[in-house]
Amino acid sequence: MAMNDELRELYQQVILDHSRKPRNFGELAPPCAHVHGDNPSCGDEVDLYVRFGEGGEINEIKFNGQGCAISQASASMMTQKVKGKGKPEAAAMIEDFRRVVMGDQEPVEVDRLGDLQLLEGVRKFPQRVKCAMLAWRALEQAMEKGE
Amino acid sequence: MDWASIREEFPILQQRVKGGRLIYLDNAATSQKPRAVIEAMSRYYECDNANVHRGMHELSGRATAAYEGAREKVARYLGAGSAEEIVFTRGTTEAINLVAQVFGSAFLQAGDVILLTEMEHHSNLVPWQLVAARCGARMKHIPVKDDGTLDLEVAAVLFAEGGVKVAAFTHISNTLGTVNPVVELCRMAKEAGAVSLVDGAQSAGHLPVDVRALGCDFYAFSGHKMCGPTGIGALYGRKEWLERMPPWHGGGEMISVVRLDGSEFKPPPMRFEAGTPNIGGAVGLGAAIDFIESIGREAIWEHDQVLTQHLLGRLAEVPGIRVLGQAVGVERGAVAAFTTMAAHPHDLVTFADERGLALRGGHHCNQPLMRRFKVPSTARASVYFYNTLDEVDEMIDIVKEAVRFFGGLD
Repeated sequence: MAMNDELRELYQQVILDHSRKPRNFGELAPPCAHVHGDNPSCGDEVDLYVRFGEGGEINEIKFNGQGCAISQASASMMTQKVKGKGKPEAAAMIEDFRRVVMGDQEPVEVDRLGDLQLLEGVRKFPQRVKCAMLAWRALEQAMEKGE
Repeated sequence: MDWASIREEFPILQQRVKGGRLIYLDNAATSQKPRAVIEAMSRYYECDNANVHRGMHELSGRATAAYEGAREKVARYLGAGSAEEIVFTRGTTEAINLVAQVFGSAFLQAGDVILLTEMEHHSNLVPWQLVAARCGARMKHIPVKDDGTLDLEVAAVLFAEGGVKVAAFTHISNTLGTVNPVVELCRMAKEAGAVSLVDGAQSAGHLPVDVRALGCDFYAFSGHKMCGPTGIGALYGRKEWLERMPPWHGGGEMISVVRLDGSEFKPPPMRFEAGTPNIGGAVGLGAAIDFIESIGREAIWEHDQVLTQHLLGRLAEVPGIRVLGQAVGVERGAVAAFTTMAAHPHDLVTFADERGLALRGGHHCNQPLMRRFKVPSTARASVYFYNTLDEVDEMIDIVKEAVRFFGGLD
């Protein structure tokens, strides 16, 4: 039986590739900001480790976790895209990514999200939005924590 | 048994969902409703609706007869001594909370032991945690063995350690499908001087239940998992216990005399039913009981075994599969919780949903049990008597396809 289009859109090859071989997977030794995020209802977990530079830019970022393809791919792709970014830019990316997966507003600068735009298929699966947002919510908290 | 015609009685099953014919395999969460139940409730609201036990008019008389008639049906269905031993509740969860709070506040003291098991649904765990925190009781849990059964040797030790005042356990696990030896557990509780509560959420609609044969003091169940509507269920409580228990919620219906400075309360079961009850729900539950009895619970349980054994046998074909609980061939509840190496439960359930296949993914209100088996979550298929072997086969095809897809082999 052929896969339907919405599923193909949700689980694009790039996304499946990141979920099977997550990038920046692992931990950072302290000092760094460490945030644990989870979706208790489905068991998705992400541990995010961020080391900020003097000016608040994201110098190093790694994550550990387990969960569905969407939560893990989103985390993997996020770490690649936000590395090296300053806090204001990272905050703007978080908001843009939220807009992409919610589909409620146009992102301000969609291009810098790159492959992350592929996760827009999530908007047709409202129960999965929290999977896609898991790592991003953790990043938001890590930026508030600073260090 | 003509299972095909019985299936025809469920209007909701005759539909297509997304990419395919609906295959509903989430029955442990809630069952579908036959026409007879839907019509009984419509008829009640169209013809007989009024408040119960108070009006002196014709409709109130009919509503009261319907409501109390449903109580009689529940009593007979469970083998209770009388209808006075049946308290209507919103469901299993509320029934357990009733016992935990009322029994707990009246009879539990600091240091007493509440004995549960490691496989309890959150609804037979959290209410006891709340009570224990308030009265200082301790909680102990009978461990679950690798094969999904309870460790009865440890259970005996836990009882022997003393102090057990309440033992509460599920009849059938909603995740493992294990049928617990409730007769033995109730006997152990009795010998230890503890009251016993059986969580019947997964058993009431599936196999014959006789509370006096089980030997339990309390039995809780929900209507919606056995062809009835949501929002109605019942607590069976042995008369001598219900009579000793103080009221829970206060309000109308549960009082006999009210003064400004105090009140007197009705005897059970009314003592525990404050306010206007879910009359329409009770009517629906009564109709659900009639429907199930027209098939027969022995026949339903036998059919459960046929479907479940087929499900387990075919799941074994899926690469990288792990099914929690007992092996094929053991009598068990109509559920199979499983994980696959390639597809995370959440992705699998989304994949299945696009084909019209309703599975459940997650922790199934069993977080401690998930930790026990070291899985963050599982997918779960649960069947009921209207499901077919063909549906199970279709499910297996879809699961295999998902495993190929997420495993990168497609």
